[in-house]
Amino acid sequence: MTDWLPSILAEHGDDLIDGFLITLQLVIISMLFGIVLGAIIARGRMSKNKAVAGLAWFYVALFRGTPLLAQLYLIYYGLGQFSGFWRDVGLWGFLRDPFNCAVLSFTLNTAAYQAEIFRGAVQALPKGQWEGGAALGMSRFMVFRKIVLPQATLYALRPWGNELILMIKGSAVASVVTVYDLLGETRLAYSDTFRFDVYFYAAGLYLILVETLRRVWNALEQRLTRHLRREDDNSAKNAAPGAGTAAAAQL
Amino acid sequence: MDDSLLGLLRFGPDGWGDELLAGLQITVALALATAPIGLVLGFILALARRSERAMARVPATIFTTVFKGLPELITLFIVYYGSSLALAWLLGLFFDEPIFEISSFVAGMVALGAVSASFASEVFMGALAGIPRGQLEAADALGLSRWARMRNVILPQVMRLALPGLGNLWLVLLKDTALVSVIALPDLLRRTFIAVGSTKEPFFFFTVAIVIYFTISMLSMAVFQLLEARYARGYSK
Amino acid sequence: MTRFLIAAALAAGIALPASAEQMQLRIGTEGAYPPFNYFDSDNNLIGFDIDIAKALCAEMNAECEFITQDWDGIIPALMANKFDAIIASMSITAERDEVVDFSKKYYNTPPALAKAKDRDDLTTGTAEELDGMIIGAQSATTHANFAEQYYPDSELRRYGTPEEYKLDLANGRVDVVIDDIVVLSDWLASEDGACCEILVPLTPDPEINGAGAGIAVREGETELAEKFNAAIEAIRADGTYAEIQAKYFDFDVYGD
Repeated sequence: MTDWLPSILAEHGDDLIDGFLITLQLVIISMLFGIVLGAIIARGRMSKNKAVAGLAWFYVALFRGTPLLAQLYLIYYGLGQFSGFWRDVGLWGFLRDPFNCAVLSFTLNTAAYQAEIFRGAVQALPKGQWEGGAALGMSRFMVFRKIVLPQATLYALRPWGNELILMIKGSAVASVVTVYDLLGETRLAYSDTFRFDVYFYAAGLYLILVETLRRVWNALEQRLTRHLRREDDNSAKNAAPGAGTAAAAQL
Repeated sequence: MDDSLLGLLRFGPDGWGDELLAGLQITVALALATAPIGLVLGFILALARRSERAMARVPATIFTTVFKGLPELITLFIVYYGSSLALAWLLGLFFDEPIFEISSFVAGMVALGAVSASFASEVFMGALAGIPRGQLEAADALGLSRWARMRNVILPQVMRLALPGLGNLWLVLLKDTALVSVIALPDLLRRTFIAVGSTKEPFFFFTVAIVIYFTISMLSMAVFQLLEARYARGYSK
Repeated sequence: MTRFLIAAALAAGIALPASAEQMQLRIGTEGAYPPFNYFDSDNNLIGFDIDIAKALCAEMNAECEFITQDWDGIIPALMANKFDAIIASMSITAERDEVVDFSKKYYNTPPALAKAKDRDDLTTGTAEELDGMIIGAQSATTHANFAEQYYPDSELRRYGTPEEYKLDLANGRVDVVIDDIVVLSDWLASEDGACCEILVPLTPDPEINGAGAGIAVREGETELAEKFNAAIEAIRADGTYAEIQAKYFDFDVYGD
């Protein structure tokens, strides 16, 4: 089996796969926590309470306006500086691990983007939907759960898919704080062998992941928003990442 | 305690203030140097991707797919290490001495420029699609050359439509420059890192760095909002 | 246009070869490895490696220029012709010898483990004691390889620079760090290193740690390597080496 593989893949192939799996874990866990946190912050953004809304706005501006790498360094080394304190409150077990620090940093970061996606999606819904639900005697919460949320989710699909891809790309910075994700394993393999092709194989893996995700997402969106479009409209079919983020980016 | 912490930011040999400022200059310089590449190349890529000729469309599509999909960090490594090797090999065929080399700054420009251009092509494609056909037909009816049509009819309207998306890309570019610190460009984040190594005050210095990045982001956003208002002048939806 | 470019390129090519008198050498170094090569607070490049390099250049009648490069990419940079030689405490190992050529050694010091002072549970630094613990090292170093080989039951974390593993040793993310004993001692003696102390010196494995620190040149440049060898012998013979050594250490780092 390994005869026809380039030598570097034969030696380091499974390390790269390990790294790939770590990247997947990083992204999936951060996204899941990020959605929850993002929803909370979105709620805050849309709140009538000025202090809450202001705080939420600041959170979003801060995490979207500064580099992810700087945020990661701050959490990894910055919080690490107070390890004594964390030990006392029992949180050092968590913060000690580089993987956890990366997940924490990515979660906080993606939550800011998620919040804007939610906000955009919910606000894109015609007011009539809320009013109709109220007319039927439903509580605001019920209206949200049964009427607004399902529709808003559809609006959020495209930007959400973009954010997932952006998260995969951003996850590569974890390698800078000793997390052995795909890029981390790649750099290790390169410094062990000085064979430059290992970077190309890693790049290939990233591209396969991103392209697969993009096509699956497009198909999903195409299918789920069928009822919103005219028969002959194929605009969602070949959508590419980045197209939706211009709108989602407006603060 | 706070006194001596803030004192670390002093300018001069004791404090790190001047080092951080020098780093900030490089960060902004890199972003400013890369932005035009992203803009011009992005526009060309957009035209190519909309072209009917496969010769133009296919390479452009492959280019943008690759650079939009790859993590910027790996693109940076490939450009930095790869181009050095490629260049050395290439030049080694002809000359014994190196004529020039790829610095971290140039590698950053090339890598981030390619990524920026790929995303910019998306924005431009959307903007170009947003120009009503009638505009192009009117330009032809007036007998404008292709170049004149581009200059007087297409570009001004593209700029208006593309501005929000481009503003966002500038912010992304500013943040991406921080990645070039990983290949030892002495930008703001790199200098912050060196200050941390020397003073062992990571929380303080990384917070300072984040405050500085935040400030220039906010400033950039304000500038873009002004620009958008200006370009939208005289145009009602 | 093409003709102009070719002419310009030829002119550049012709102008570059150094004059017959003085050799032009670009020396690659890291600049983050005190006391061997590092930057002082005024941003000057100093250290044992730097002084030795300057002495060798003087001996070889060469004009030397220093170029700093991150450790991870230092050999690729040499291969890409960014500089002509690496003088950065790079150990001569068989693995590295496959891609570069080395001069003879110019010093040889063993590795050691360092730990935080309050870790009374760590006394011997054996593999058994460090079972399940976390060891920090600089990536792409012989010390990282040593840890990988001799402490297989410990988790190895590789950092880009010594500064990074020092931060993580101080905050307890790693239980011990492994590096050159001189580098560690130098750090521990300073205010910075007050948190920590040497756990135990280690016996080097020649296969992993190599034959000492040497000067790396591109593969095939044996003439340059020989020039360095001659220069090393010369400065050892005429006392320059001892003089430089005394500036930094009160013991012999050349080894036998």
